Amino acid sequence: MEQTMNQATTPNQLGASWKGIAFRWETFLLAVFAFVFVMFAMASPYFLSVWNLSDATFNFTERALIALPMAMLIICREIDLSVASTMALASVAMGMIAELGAGVPAVVVIGLFVGLLCGLFNGFIVTTFGIPSIVVTIGTMSLFRGITNGLMGNEVLNSYPAGFSYFGQGYVHWVFSFQFVLFLGAALLFYVLLHHTNFGRRTYAIGANPVAAEYSGIRVNRHKMILFAAVGLMAGLASVLLTSRLGSTRPAIAFGWELSIVTMVVLGGVNILGGSGSIIGVVIAAFLMGIVTFGLGLLNVPGVVMTIIIGAMLITVISLPIIAQRLKAMRSKRL
Amino acid sequence: MKFAMRIVEQRELLLATVILFMLVVIASINPGFVHPENLASVFNDTSILIILALGQMLVILTRCIDLSVAANVALTGMVVALINSVFPGVPIPLLLVLSLILGAGLGAINGAFVWLLSVPAIVVTLGTMSIYRGVIFLLSGGEWVNAHQMSPEFLALPRQVFLGLPVLSWIALVVMVAVYLLSRFRPFGRELYASGGNPHAAFYTGINVGLTQFKAFVISGALAGLCGYLWVSRYAVAYVEVANGFELQVVAACVIGGISIMGGVGSVGGVILGALFLGIINNSLSVVGVSQFWQLAISGSVILIAVIANSRSERRADRIILRKAIAADALQPNPGTAASR
Repeated sequence: MEQTMNQATTPNQLGASWKGIAFRWETFLLAVFAFVFVMFAMASPYFLSVWNLSDATFNFTERALIALPMAMLIICREIDLSVASTMALASVAMGMIAELGAGVPAVVVIGLFVGLLCGLFNGFIVTTFGIPSIVVTIGTMSLFRGITNGLMGNEVLNSYPAGFSYFGQGYVHWVFSFQFVLFLGAALLFYVLLHHTNFGRRTYAIGANPVAAEYSGIRVNRHKMILFAAVGLMAGLASVLLTSRLGSTRPAIAFGWELSIVTMVVLGGVNILGGSGSIIGVVIAAFLMGIVTFGLGLLNVPGVVMTIIIGAMLITVISLPIIAQRLKAMRSKRL
Repeated sequence: MKFAMRIVEQRELLLATVILFMLVVIASINPGFVHPENLASVFNDTSILIILALGQMLVILTRCIDLSVAANVALTGMVVALINSVFPGVPIPLLLVLSLILGAGLGAINGAFVWLLSVPAIVVTLGTMSIYRGVIFLLSGGEWVNAHQMSPEFLALPRQVFLGLPVLSWIALVVMVAVYLLSRFRPFGRELYASGGNPHAAFYTGINVGLTQFKAFVISGALAGLCGYLWVSRYAVAYVEVANGFELQVVAACVIGGISIMGGVGSVGGVILGALFLGIINNSLSVVGVSQFWQLAISGSVILIAVIANSRSERRADRIILRKAIAADALQPNPGTAASR
């Protein structure tokens, strides 16, 4: 009774109820990815080129970098909708300090620092006043973007130091861009953090039952604070990459990204109500969204149509396991 | 002192006091702003936000959220604009009914997923938000529908002055009264509060929580559809990005007005004041001499301050309940209370 009323069924319960790895959410996502990949390879002759595929990674690495800590935050029953605005604010800070003639390290550090600061601010308000983070971050989303607008007006900042372009445009080796390698490293880091450390276990514990977690000695507020800070820091990092890739800062930079990042996390099988999810799922979802965007682009499908497909994908992918479970429940009732 | 405390505890009174104070400050800088004629135009400017926020309120009361309202506005707006540009003969009342039905249909899609599949509302509306926007592009081919393609009657309706106020303002007033009556005096209105306040208790009282949520989405959708026509006709243009990002303003108006995002708490008066608050800020910045570029930052800070202020009063109530629960526990051990909080 409690379950059906209070918690929506989650993709991850698929893995829990149907035994075996074959029915895990991640496996399903991987199958979808493989299917989409093959379809695109057959539909467009340009798809299977290493350089094209390498270019495709630029579509999602910046968002995916934020999706990693965001997944942990959502597992922990919180959310941060201000990430895109955080990116904008960090980008402005970098642009302004670059205007003053700062070098590459200073520009990067200020970007990361502003991101971290924004994350800490969110975390502070959420934990101090006990307000739902969705409300707080809707507020800071306007606040951070608003400060960006206020500082910039109609200007464009684009006097970045030489060498700054490496982060967004450089290649580490052959077709592997700096961004992509950085993302793989970050994915590994967050995988270990969530699935193989006490910190990760605590994240699930808080998400499953914050009250029980508090009573079992977990410092819930401190934990949430760290996660908000991590999201902010990664937003700062993503801002460094994006600013470097574009070579300029405009007030509307990264506008609307918060929703595609949340879509990525949810598509990856993280329960929006907290308590379950995995980094592997999020990484596969990132690749899936990247490949769909890129492949449709090759087929000359306009960007707005892609938003239909991404939106439909989100809803379908969440509904399918629920329908499957309903059917299963109906069948077992009949027996 | 006691009076001051009572104002602080009464959210609507507090908000009204803040708005009055704000008006006094603005008037001291530019007395023209508080001229009744100007205040009426500010209200007219805020009408669409008020209508949408009232719809959103019904949804949030049931512990859901509708992020697709702005996309709904844009899609219905585009559909009626296209119909009007291709068949200028279609009477405007018919278009109005059509926009209501279409909006309600779009809301019903959201509601059906929430009701029948219990998908979290934030996920559903996040998805439909981008789908509805995309559909506008498919319908219009990315083209704009401009003023000269719309019939004069189509453009005139919200501007027509009736008893000193434009029709747009009158529509907002009617919606305000209707939602007030619905939420206070109709069984359905009370079901909304019950479903969000405590879904379990509502279920045991015989309320179909899912169906209530579905209905809330349909009403919110219908109001958004109505606003679709009003928006397009008022600004005399329809394109893909109409009202882009407006859903957050709508949620913000609710939050400032004291609607708890956890459901079950809030009033029509609060939401109207919350929307007016944002409307006055948006309209007064240029009057006060603050650059338009700072507008977003100011409404952001206002949202934060409002939710922090609201959280304090809510928390006080929580503690009292908890103390009662603890007292009840002491008398009669009941393992259920701690977990339910």
